[in-house]
Amino acid sequence: MDATQAVAIRVTVNGERYERSVEPRLLLSDFLRQELGLSGTHVGCEHGVCGACTVLLDGQPVRACLVFAVQADGSSIGTVEGLERDDGLHPLQAAFKEAHGLQCGFCTPGILMTMVAFLDEVPDPTELEVREALSGNLCRCTGYQKIVEAVEAAAAGLGGKP
Amino acid sequence: MSSRYFGARIRRNEDEALLTGRATFVDDVQLPGTLHAAFVRSDLAHGLLRGVDAAAALERPGVMGVFTAADLGEYWQPGPLLVPPAPIEGLTFHARTQVPLAREKVRHVGEPIAVVVAESRYVAEDAVEDVIVDLEPLEAVADVRAALAEGAPVIHEDLGSNLAAHAVQTKGDYDAARATADLVLGRDFTYDRGVSAAMENRGVLAQWDERSAQLTVWDTTQAPIPIRNGLASMLGLSESQVRVVAPFIGGGFGPKIMMFYPDEVLLPWISMRLDRPVKWIEDRFENFFSTTQERGQLHEAEIALSSDGRILGVKDVFVHDTGAYDPYGLTLPINTQCTLLGPYDVPNYYSEFRVAFTNRPIVTPIRGAGRQQGVFIMERLLDLGARELGLDRAEIRRRNFLSPDAFPHDHEILFQDFAPLVYDSGDYEPALDKAIELIGYEPEGPVQSEPGGASPAEDGGEGTDGEDGEGSSRRKRLRGTGIVSYIEGTGIGPYEGARVRVEASGKVCLVTGVGTQGQGHFTSFAQIVADQLGVGVTDVRVVTGDTREFHWGTGTFASRGAVVAGNACHAAAVAVREKILRKASEILEVAEEDLMLTEGVVRVQGVPDLSIGLGELALRSNPLRGAVEPGTEPGLEATSYFGPRRGATASGVHAMVVSVDPETAMVEIERYVVVHDCGTVINPLIVEGQIHGGVAHGIGNAFYEELDCDSEGQLHNASFMDYLLPTATDVPPIRTAHIETPSPLNPLGIKGVGEAGAIPVAALFAQAVEDALKEWAPGLEVRDIPLSPNRLFALIEEARAGGGEEGA
Repeated sequence: MDATQAVAIRVTVNGERYERSVEPRLLLSDFLRQELGLSGTHVGCEHGVCGACTVLLDGQPVRACLVFAVQADGSSIGTVEGLERDDGLHPLQAAFKEAHGLQCGFCTPGILMTMVAFLDEVPDPTELEVREALSGNLCRCTGYQKIVEAVEAAAAGLGGKP
Repeated sequence: MSSRYFGARIRRNEDEALLTGRATFVDDVQLPGTLHAAFVRSDLAHGLLRGVDAAAALERPGVMGVFTAADLGEYWQPGPLLVPPAPIEGLTFHARTQVPLAREKVRHVGEPIAVVVAESRYVAEDAVEDVIVDLEPLEAVADVRAALAEGAPVIHEDLGSNLAAHAVQTKGDYDAARATADLVLGRDFTYDRGVSAAMENRGVLAQWDERSAQLTVWDTTQAPIPIRNGLASMLGLSESQVRVVAPFIGGGFGPKIMMFYPDEVLLPWISMRLDRPVKWIEDRFENFFSTTQERGQLHEAEIALSSDGRILGVKDVFVHDTGAYDPYGLTLPINTQCTLLGPYDVPNYYSEFRVAFTNRPIVTPIRGAGRQQGVFIMERLLDLGARELGLDRAEIRRRNFLSPDAFPHDHEILFQDFAPLVYDSGDYEPALDKAIELIGYEPEGPVQSEPGGASPAEDGGEGTDGEDGEGSSRRKRLRGTGIVSYIEGTGIGPYEGARVRVEASGKVCLVTGVGTQGQGHFTSFAQIVADQLGVGVTDVRVVTGDTREFHWGTGTFASRGAVVAGNACHAAAVAVREKILRKASEILEVAEEDLMLTEGVVRVQGVPDLSIGLGELALRSNPLRGAVEPGTEPGLEATSYFGPRRGATASGVHAMVVSVDPETAMVEIERYVVVHDCGTVINPLIVEGQIHGGVAHGIGNAFYEELDCDSEGQLHNASFMDYLLPTATDVPPIRTAHIETPSPLNPLGIKGVGEAGAIPVAALFAQAVEDALKEWAPGLEVRDIPLSPNRLFALIEEARAGGGEEGA
């Protein structure tokens, strides 16, 4: 296949349906940011280590820099822009604010998406479980401690609104 | 004046935008018609540039231009010398600053040779591969010692050698002190390079608008105003025609300072030439070459002690690696030189450094900025001295602390801000005592094992598949403690400014010129202003990093944002408060002394019905009819500046407990304590966050992060796969406590905190690991940082094979 020959794809992002024609080599991260204008998904390393670009692909956290947009054809994608609820911040977002779980905020969207999926799977984690789940996301500002506190608080239902 | 918010744990104003993905970072700015740039970079560390053939690239569909040094004409100029050298007597300094594109030769791997501009980043990167570069290899010199050796290849030929600078600073008479010493200890130490690794790479978007003759540049810079001034001058534009915006920045840590990187200089020029917006976003691989690095130094150090552990003098001779160019002057080696003295009374000091050019990426400050190295040397010398004299490690520090009545204390040498190194205030013993208490340090040796103790991360997961049933880990773990002290010169001048305005809504707008990269300025500055104006913190909208909003300023570096800009915000808020009270006094016909300013309303004490809201007052200060009285100004607005005479000296003590697996050399940090003095604290939540992040950065530098560069200047680990940043499982929970000695150098009493956490970690790591291994590997000495598991393993083997070799 010619890497520059456009291919039609359909995706659902945060509940909205999109149809676009994209080059097969276009990364999902670039697709979300540039084609759909969803720039909350950040790109930190483009080789799958830092986790800043983490999104949910059919409910599973994936590195959007390691997925081509064409691979997401027919899928449902969740990004940070879809976290907020009608009544305000998602409890995890609220917990991050409460615990000062972010500084520059660049890695934050990827961490939120990773932790949303993690808390779905492990609703009542230990600190070590939180740290292990978080260890695939790099943050240079916080030293992780207040992120861990935020996730624990969210898990305990303390951080957010009901 | 009540301080309702100053000192309180206020949640941050900026968080909602960041948490929802709405915050705008440079790469989030998308303009119609934007072109994308990619760089052709040198594969060689040293070579002669014979030619660049861009013909094939130019034929590729979507390519709009390829530019080399030759295309730049007179615009091709070496970058500015950002910091001239301090006026040290007898100083040698040769400025050789980076160039926008290599012209005759390349001096480090990754140096840009050409820039390709295309309709998309994908096409631009394709076209980079089409460009043929003719480079004639020259022998490279990557090692700082080799660079100064006789016969080394010369990087800037006109200099005749790779010596960039030489300076000596002294205090007292070291040789005389040495002659009276009971113990003289000398060692060689090395501190290696790392990268800043901000999660957001650098980026620039330049938009020239032909009709309005306006240039707008979005830049991941820590210092938008100097960049605006420099670009205007280079491009022949008025400063009013250039707007530089540093929006949300994904971490700075130093290298995003006003560097005038090739990309920062080239993109505005290209945008003007092509009349299209042009964007370049650095990728992570490039970041390992095109963004500045820090910390490479070699030290030969010596301490002269009395038998009771008093420091009689210190001598330190070191070489500092500046990489291929030295645009940042001597800030780093001077910081090293000054910070080495620490919180101690050092009556005699001889410090000499040479700065060497090497065929490696440029060196400029990274969080800590030369201070780490100085602290490492001094703390190591004290550890070795204590061991030799049979003294306790905490005790030798205590005996040498400057006493609380020693301030201001003049060290009789020059600091990086050209001012004498004078400590403003401090009280070091309470911090040491507090750290000892919190870490559970026992003078006679390591802390006892605490089954089920304070560290929740201890044991747990790994133990589950093991066979142990005795409460301790199944592998041999040796525990050790460390405790070290340090100072940090923070909050240097020249100045920052702020403008405070009460708007007709009754809300407040606060504008300052500094850039912000996650330090919480949107909140801490708002707290300062809210206290003065009697409004809520969320009622203060803070604008930073946009040169259209504020004309004067320098930038965010040297842990100075809160100190210098914070005090400017305070001064402007005080001036607006005075205007508010004066105006309200006129309108309400009540003496100013009888007015109170709370909840956005000016009230009259004892007369509940008589009041006026700030919004109403703002409207009436800007009337549509009538004249402004001579000597007054319309509106409730004031602009103020603050410039400290010299930097405020922050300090602290870090302590930790490690456990070392002596067979694998893996180190686990079990507990970590920071007792810190940054003067008065604006927001403890933010200060804790700054310290935590700094410690994590320091842990990376101390143990994980190492640039694997060979003698040819080729880097072998330019990715996050191979350059290891600490993760959530590597950084322990950190306990913090504060000591408060306000700085007398600014009205709010603030000292900086941004870099503090990172500074003493390597020294602490070294001491704690040695303590853990003192019986298993007697005589083991940690003299090189980073101390990777591999390096530690080798040290253990060496010590067990026959005792550690004695140093120089």
